[in-house]
Amino acid sequence: MSRSEGTLKLVILAAIWTALLLAPNWMPLLGGYTALGTRVLVLGLAAMSVNFLLGFTGVLSFGHAAYFGLGAYGAGFCLKFLAPSTPLSLLCGMLLGGIAGALLGALIVRRRGVYFAMVTIAFGQVFYYIAFRWSSVTGGDDGLRGFSRQPLDFGLFSIDILSNPTYFYYFVLVCFALITAVMAFILRSPFGRTMIAIRENERRARFLGIPVERHIWIAFTLSCFFMGLAGALYALTNNFADPRGLHYSQSGDFVMMAVMGGMRTFWGPLLGAAVFVVLQDYLSSITINWMSFVGMLFVAVVLLFPRGILGVFGPRAKA
Amino acid sequence: MSLLAVNNVTKRFGSLVAVRDVSLKVQSGELRAIIGPNGAGKTTFFNLISGFFPPTSGTIHFDGRDVTGLTAQERVALGMARTFQITEIFPELTVFENVRIGTEVAAGFRLRPWLSRSEEIEIENRIAATLALVSLDAKAGRLVGELAHGDQRAAEIAMALALRPRLLLLDEPTAGMGDQETFDITQLIRRLHRDSNFTIVLIEHDMRVVFHLADRITVLDQGAVLAEGTPEEIAANETVQAAYLGKAA
Repeated sequence: MSRSEGTLKLVILAAIWTALLLAPNWMPLLGGYTALGTRVLVLGLAAMSVNFLLGFTGVLSFGHAAYFGLGAYGAGFCLKFLAPSTPLSLLCGMLLGGIAGALLGALIVRRRGVYFAMVTIAFGQVFYYIAFRWSSVTGGDDGLRGFSRQPLDFGLFSIDILSNPTYFYYFVLVCFALITAVMAFILRSPFGRTMIAIRENERRARFLGIPVERHIWIAFTLSCFFMGLAGALYALTNNFADPRGLHYSQSGDFVMMAVMGGMRTFWGPLLGAAVFVVLQDYLSSITINWMSFVGMLFVAVVLLFPRGILGVFGPRAKA
Repeated sequence: MSLLAVNNVTKRFGSLVAVRDVSLKVQSGELRAIIGPNGAGKTTFFNLISGFFPPTSGTIHFDGRDVTGLTAQERVALGMARTFQITEIFPELTVFENVRIGTEVAAGFRLRPWLSRSEEIEIENRIAATLALVSLDAKAGRLVGELAHGDQRAAEIAMALALRPRLLLLDEPTAGMGDQETFDITQLIRRLHRDSNFTIVLIEHDMRVVFHLADRITVLDQGAVLAEGTPEEIAANETVQAAYLGKAA
């Protein structure tokens, strides 16, 4: 890596964190609001989790919304039936998404390309229909309601993330920072380098002695744990879990965010999510056909910047 | 005891018999060349040895152990490394990064979430030693995809060497090379064999390379062994001349 490339990376990193840390201050000036920033963080985290698999292992899952949705329901069930604790609900959501991913991942890691994508869609739809039809538990089409995130209780003092959207934004930002730090840490490890090896050349990876299926399974499972946490945060954001959060069209949105932002870059999916969420927020107040415009933008980005918006910086931006 | 023992191996693809009842023994420290006309089954035979696919019948023993049912990566763990006829590298990574992955796998670090500082230094030293062996140390920071063809082949050999193999399988190491590049890679293989004592099996088309390097030569024709012997014996063998060398000369 050249010196200028390294400097550019630091500048991008500093810009991203400055923007995120000060979001509640500058967003209202541009006509935004804090809850919009929270949505960007949560969906950005989900898109980055999809990209952990897509961009760094080279495996396209089209059913990752299932683990996102399971994370949301996991958090909802915890708050509604188990205990009114925000941290516990995040843990429940993460475990539900991650364990489901570990079990199903074991069944599908031998498939590749289109077949892998199709099987992930199929399993995703299974969870969608369970959430949609099993009304007595999940609330069915109406979604899971009747829970809300709880203030963070530290004994001596508590932080009211329920009624103060700025506090909640920073709470989500802390979770986001922790998970992205774990992701970056893994990608720089020997294990992370085997993921890149599988992405770059699976045959070579195999003949370097890497058990490719097992490593894809681990990457898939990790990505589902991250996804579960993102889903849990989403449930806390809305105080609601929606069966449409498990639908394959939601999976498609995550893939779209990752590709639009730049799937070979670490931060690209966050940028993709920001563009997607802000456009959705703005356009959906003008027209119900907002998705057409997001779609056109997507086509334009793919045609003009095949490596995504963030991919234009440097020929080989890595984690 | 021989390091590699292939016993009566046959590989069928439908009605095609690509490899027919081939046996071969390679001693430790030997450099064996496998030659034969196009379609003789050389690469298929290599794929059987390295575990790319299993044989239809026959067995393969490596260091006294039956490896016939083992996967490619299990054979790598036992000490087999290979290169491919068409270079298989990680083109978007640097030479250093290409070699690092195999080095870390060989060191048993492939599932590690982090390395201690001393482990990291150990890995870096090993990579430096491997790169020095193939004379790529000056190009460690270059992307492999941007290197000249000959350097890419050398990088692929370095990736195999990073695994610290006991048997090195090279599939046409000089394929697509000019005279100078062929000379360089031949010198490299010679050094690996003579100075570093690697046991090497290579497939080669260039007869100058084969006769220059090989301790013994196995000639395949239509999937079966036509002849086996020292370079002198093979050069004098009339059946081989008729089937193969005669046409090349």
